[in-house]
Amino acid sequence: MSAAWRWIRHHAIVFYAALAVAYMLIPVAVIAVFSFNDPEGKFNYSWSGFTTEHWENAFAIADLNDALLVSLELAALSTAISVALGTLIALALVRHEFFGRRTANFLIVIPMATPEVVIGAALLSMFLIYGLALGFTTLLIAHVMFSISFVVVVVRSRLIGFDRSLEEAARDLGATPLTTFRTVTLPLLTPGLIGAGLLAFALSIDDFVISNFNSGTTVTFPLWVYGAAQRGIPVQVYVIATMLFALTVAAMAFTIWQQRRAERLAAVQPETGESGLPALASGGQPVADTRA
Amino acid sequence: MGPGLLWLVLFFVVPLYFMGRLALESGTLETGFRFTWEWSNFTDGISLYEEQLIRSFLYAGAATAIALLIAYPLAYAIAFRAGRWKNALLFAVVAPFFTTYLIRTIGWQTILSDDSPVVSVMQAVGLLSDGGRLLATPGAVIAGLTYNFLPFMILPLYASLERIDESLIEAAKDLYSSSRAAFWRVTLPLSAPGIVAGTLLTFIPVAGDYINAEFLGSSNQAMVGNAIQSLYLELRDFPTAAALSFTVMAVILALVVVYIRFAGSEALMGEETEEAR
Repeated sequence: MSAAWRWIRHHAIVFYAALAVAYMLIPVAVIAVFSFNDPEGKFNYSWSGFTTEHWENAFAIADLNDALLVSLELAALSTAISVALGTLIALALVRHEFFGRRTANFLIVIPMATPEVVIGAALLSMFLIYGLALGFTTLLIAHVMFSISFVVVVVRSRLIGFDRSLEEAARDLGATPLTTFRTVTLPLLTPGLIGAGLLAFALSIDDFVISNFNSGTTVTFPLWVYGAAQRGIPVQVYVIATMLFALTVAAMAFTIWQQRRAERLAAVQPETGESGLPALASGGQPVADTRA
Repeated sequence: MGPGLLWLVLFFVVPLYFMGRLALESGTLETGFRFTWEWSNFTDGISLYEEQLIRSFLYAGAATAIALLIAYPLAYAIAFRAGRWKNALLFAVVAPFFTTYLIRTIGWQTILSDDSPVVSVMQAVGLLSDGGRLLATPGAVIAGLTYNFLPFMILPLYASLERIDESLIEAAKDLYSSSRAAFWRVTLPLSAPGIVAGTLLTFIPVAGDYINAEFLGSSNQAMVGNAIQSLYLELRDFPTAAALSFTVMAVILALVVVYIRFAGSEALMGEETEEAR
């Protein structure tokens, strides 16, 4: 009896963790299940029968498809721009001592520590005063802005564990700085860049609050869902959400696998360890930095 | 690095300046707005939306505290007890948050809705009165907020727990500390930076959120975010809206500064030990 009790006590935290993970997956599971629902009215809230009809006609709503395309285009563009800009900042912050470095660090952290509603409102205030027409451009400006900080954090954590002797070796062997960057620095940074890119893409495609302030008449996927919520959300939204979820999970799994392979091949030891996830986890670090 | 920082200055710092200016303008949409140092926007905005302001910070405090209680044991289990399941567990924790935020909240709306099985079971066992609801209660909104911002708590906690040198905990036990004392006097203080980062990263976005209040609450659970969005986008009273946004930001900043002063010494101690290592 006491042995059993000790075993339970010893493993209590593991049971707890399993429960907590289940709790976190519940809403996603509900969405996936209800994508097979055959609702009687306009509202997809109660189960009334199984059908694959909505999966077969996933892209039957023209407006929704348009919104999805706008979201994908916006996410792709803002990811490309923010990864490029953010990587440059991260390189400068990690590798160079310069005047205003603390201010630059502060400038990176503060947008992540500002409620979205304030960022959205501030951007709208500026666009209103300038009389700028709201639309795709203003959305792109906003999305790049809130993605940059996250890109910097992820790429920086990768750079900190970077073995610079590899670059020196390349230089010693006669490579020009540009060749060194292209053939040594960039390939070693790639997992970090992919991680940062995925995060920026996810942030952009998911954003509702800031977009709602700065979209004008342009409609993204989350904005369309929000607009549809009052009238009753079509089941297709559940289907597309489930697809997006499956796709991002697959992309993440692929990145982690790729990263592990790259690490094995290069035999480089990044400080964050085996997976891409700790790099995301270090999102907490910059806030702690401001205190130092 | 120039262009990136320039982007942040142009589209983060400058907009804040314009929001500050807008907050001090007077006029209406029809007559146009003029800059007149209209400080009354602040006092009017605060007194009109006092209830939503206070509610936002109360809900944010509650959601942050609950998230910490849920996340700490989970992060601890992943960091120290998961073994080869570590990555899979981290993955399972982060994955749900790659579904659109709105959709996750709609998922909760479905779970808590009046004709969901959860409500009927709770009514049957007497946890909820007949005709009692889960939706449109403060509990539903706080639960939604807690859920939606949980990764912001889990990830920094995990990051700081994972970095702890386990030999320190073993040393405590070798010196006859009980497991419990070793946790309270070694593990917990060493994870303080994670706690500080996690609570800040949760509290700040929650205080400004309005999606949960809108989908899981009623007008009785409206938060300041709801007020700001309707002032900007529906009522088009830009000066009051800007003043209210500024107030939210100022209150958050003040709370963060006080909190860091208060929590700082402990958190810094954790960092010092790490450096000494």
